[in-house]
Amino acid sequence: MKLSKNIKNSDIATAAKLITIIENDRAQAANIIKDIFLHTGNAYIIGVTGSPGVGKSTLVGEMVNIFRSQNLSVGVIAVDSSSPFSGGAILGDRIRMQKHESDSTGVFVRSMATRGNLGGLAKATRDAAYIMDAMGRDIIIIETVGVGQVELDIVRLAYTSVVVLAPGMGDDIQAMKAGIMEIGDIFVVNKADHPGADDAEREIKYMLHIGMRKSGWEPEIIKTIASKGTGIKEFVEKINKHKKYLEDNNLKEKKKYGQDQLIKLIKEKLELQIIKKKKNKKIIKQIVEKIVKKEKKPYSAAEDVLKKLGLNK
Amino acid sequence: MSEEKQIRVLVSKVGLDGHDKGVQLVASILRDAGMEVIYTGLRRTPDQCINTAVQEDVDVIGLSILSGAHLTIASKMINLMKKNNIQDKIFVIGGVIPDEDIPKLKDMGVNAVFTQSSNNEDMVQFIRDAV
Repeated sequence: MKLSKNIKNSDIATAAKLITIIENDRAQAANIIKDIFLHTGNAYIIGVTGSPGVGKSTLVGEMVNIFRSQNLSVGVIAVDSSSPFSGGAILGDRIRMQKHESDSTGVFVRSMATRGNLGGLAKATRDAAYIMDAMGRDIIIIETVGVGQVELDIVRLAYTSVVVLAPGMGDDIQAMKAGIMEIGDIFVVNKADHPGADDAEREIKYMLHIGMRKSGWEPEIIKTIASKGTGIKEFVEKINKHKKYLEDNNLKEKKKYGQDQLIKLIKEKLELQIIKKKKNKKIIKQIVEKIVKKEKKPYSAAEDVLKKLGLNK
Repeated sequence: MSEEKQIRVLVSKVGLDGHDKGVQLVASILRDAGMEVIYTGLRRTPDQCINTAVQEDVDVIGLSILSGAHLTIASKMINLMKKNNIQDKIFVIGGVIPDEDIPKLKDMGVNAVFTQSSNNEDMVQFIRDAV
């Protein structure tokens, strides 16, 4: 597919097809990204994460409203989990973004299933964001899977990470402190008309206070009622404030790209090369049988596999 | 996960028809068959469905229609699919459809029609074969 050469002028239909390719064929994805990577870096990427049911999709829909009223083009990647059993998925985030379904050029929403990937995003999410970026979207919003503890990958993809919570989950905040409390640049207490909103806000403040962050950005907390559109404008202003902070301190690109991505790609490539090859699968299977029979110990078996594949120096 | 192509299906309800139990059931059946199902919710317009189908680059568009307006909706959808250059996508309709209307729908270009007497496996198999 030669589509990627003119990605800058490409329409949504073309970009949508490219995203399908990068989702289905990781080897081709490498070629596509090679062509478009230098065209990326113009879109502002915002990540939205939080437990199921806190209102992420509704909030994203409302954010889109504000950006559209400022005449900015928007891309949304909404990630939901695949069933580990069937591999299928129901991707329903669009239900909460119905307002924008007629805005066929201004808003490009793509639903994506995790297809077995952990971390709250799909393997292809970053590449899909590159495509939306290269095609000239001003804003890209990425909504992670709603799990609550593990969707930390977003922090390396978005410039601004937003953690959404709802009142009545005080204990959840406790549970979430490892990890998710550290990634939020902005914390949203959604459903602020429900009882306990102030408690939730106080709880977050407390958790942030004892968290002792290293970076200079002091996370912001804001209350919203996404279903009524309340507080959204102020919320978007806080995103812009964070954006300005990153730009003023030269932190923008650093935030998006770290060593962990490269390591991830290396792992993915190795996995494709080693584990998915038929011959190697056979070797691995044989060694597993030996472990089962207690003829081999797991750690030394792993080393044996590497040796057999010629990778152990 | 395998590198083979994942089937993506848009499942939607068009027009003033608030009954979504059936469409939700179909969505679950397709998910359990390993497909990725994009569900849009109720009361979409044909335009919105087409727009979603393009953005999501689905292989199959499935509409649940219980309102009796299947002929009108199908013809609008077919026209819009042509206009948007996505007539290569599989278009199926499910719902309460009188037998005599099924040939009419197929003549228009609907690839398959499923009714209350259809069974799950046939539907899943049809989609797998068609994609």
